[in-house]
Amino acid sequence: MPENRIVLRNCDVIAPLDIAAYVERDGFKALEKARSMTPEEVIQEVKASGLRGRGGGGFSCGVKWDLARKANSREKYLICNADEGEVGTFKDRYIIQKDPFSIMEGMAIAAYAIGAITAHIYLRAEYRFLRDVLLGAMAQAKEKGYLGELSIELREGAGAYICGEESALMNSIEGRRGESRFRPPYPPTHGLWGQPTIINNVETLANVPPILFNGSSWYSNLGTEQSKGTKVFCVSGDVEKPGVYELMLGCSLREVIDLAGGVKDIKWVQVGGSTGRIVPGDHIDTALSYETVLGSGAVMVFGKSRDVLDFAYRTVEFLNEESCGKCAPCREGTEVMKEILERLVLGEGKAGDIEALEELSEAMMLTSRCGLGQTAPIPVLDTLKYFRQDYEDRIRQSVFIRGLKVISA
Amino acid sequence: MERDLLLGMIKEEQENKGCISEEAIVQMAQSVGISIGEVYGVATFYSFLSTEPLGRNVIRICKSVPCYLRDAPMIIEGVSKVLGIGPGETTSDRRFSFELTNCIGACDMAPAMLINDKVYGDLTPGKITDILRSFE
Repeated sequence: MPENRIVLRNCDVIAPLDIAAYVERDGFKALEKARSMTPEEVIQEVKASGLRGRGGGGFSCGVKWDLARKANSREKYLICNADEGEVGTFKDRYIIQKDPFSIMEGMAIAAYAIGAITAHIYLRAEYRFLRDVLLGAMAQAKEKGYLGELSIELREGAGAYICGEESALMNSIEGRRGESRFRPPYPPTHGLWGQPTIINNVETLANVPPILFNGSSWYSNLGTEQSKGTKVFCVSGDVEKPGVYELMLGCSLREVIDLAGGVKDIKWVQVGGSTGRIVPGDHIDTALSYETVLGSGAVMVFGKSRDVLDFAYRTVEFLNEESCGKCAPCREGTEVMKEILERLVLGEGKAGDIEALEELSEAMMLTSRCGLGQTAPIPVLDTLKYFRQDYEDRIRQSVFIRGLKVISA
Repeated sequence: MERDLLLGMIKEEQENKGCISEEAIVQMAQSVGISIGEVYGVATFYSFLSTEPLGRNVIRICKSVPCYLRDAPMIIEGVSKVLGIGPGETTSDRRFSFELTNCIGACDMAPAMLINDKVYGDLTPGKITDILRSFE
């Protein structure tokens, strides 16, 4: 399957920093069209398109907007989530670098639909170099009158993976520790400073102008039953051409990897970031969609020589480091998991380790407060599912070596 | 001062002074009208903020899986060798602080690192000396 560039239609085609180039490619025509409709009609159009959140959550964009629109409050907020911290994900960076005006247009449409006049872009600290790109785009869009009364403010993070999680992100904007909040209530009714708030990922917002411009029926014809449109995939790891590739949702993992240099000697692929699902090498024809596997669109490829336990250890170590620490299941669960996996990697495993990992996983998934802790066990459980033998072999070896040491002592 | 400007203030302090000192924390707490503990809590939550003085330039090598698969450990070792310090340390002339960080979103040019705000990708041990030379 060839690439199908809808979100990335302008990338590497136009000069990204000049609004005139964007306007020439039908830029801001979708906004014009949206403003000729009622906000309710715009929301209906986005609902009918089937657009779902591209940050990994996958919630219906139109339904979310509708909740905020209907929420009874004078003040409403829009936030563009540019805190792309998910491991193996760099599509938002690419979109901001190559087509920042599509985000401005998407934000202007979203703000009009929900009735917000204040918007924030929350940019991760690691992407500081994109600050001027965004400020420049904001200034030009404002000057040309495209933003109307909407004011967009850039807020920068300070290094915290958890701030990509929407409730932690809002705490960070409010000047607090980036700790998650209990949900419900959800942001569309109780968000920033308790007011109705819509938080959309960069890629989600970049999808909005083409949907309005071409119509929802055009968009809803693309993709699968539950997954409309395209997805920007980020391929990294053991491939020849790592990079960003946009394909129709429902395409196979093989098709994505083919674009990045082809499938060879793959042991497994992790799809969707650090807490994404594991697809073993012999399932490479798995479809990528919300119905199957997707997440943030990260596609991390691992060759035959890679060690499953080393991977699981590094991934859990990352999640343990980035756990905000507010709830015990996540804070302590990732800590204990890390300790067990570290022992396994060092050849000091013991009988019962696998069972302990499984038991911990269940408790974490059931009782963690936000997505981080709830999904942290996935890489462990999935590697256990497909590569249990690797775990068992390592434990057996550990026990054997320990036995030798006892005898020789 | 509004509470929501606190993180921005702390970041500015970090940029200008190279760390968030106890004095600065007390001062910010007073100007926002919240407890010292609250400000300290924010200042110590985020990985780009430090209560210990950092060097004039901060190197952050990505240690996440996509960079690891492309030999990030060799880059970490290479920088350690050139600077004579390990991760978490600052050179005695305060020219560089050296840290390891989680995914910086440069997996398409792995292994990668940030020096201050700039990304350096497709690193090899051979490139390190040249890159570091340009920093005062």
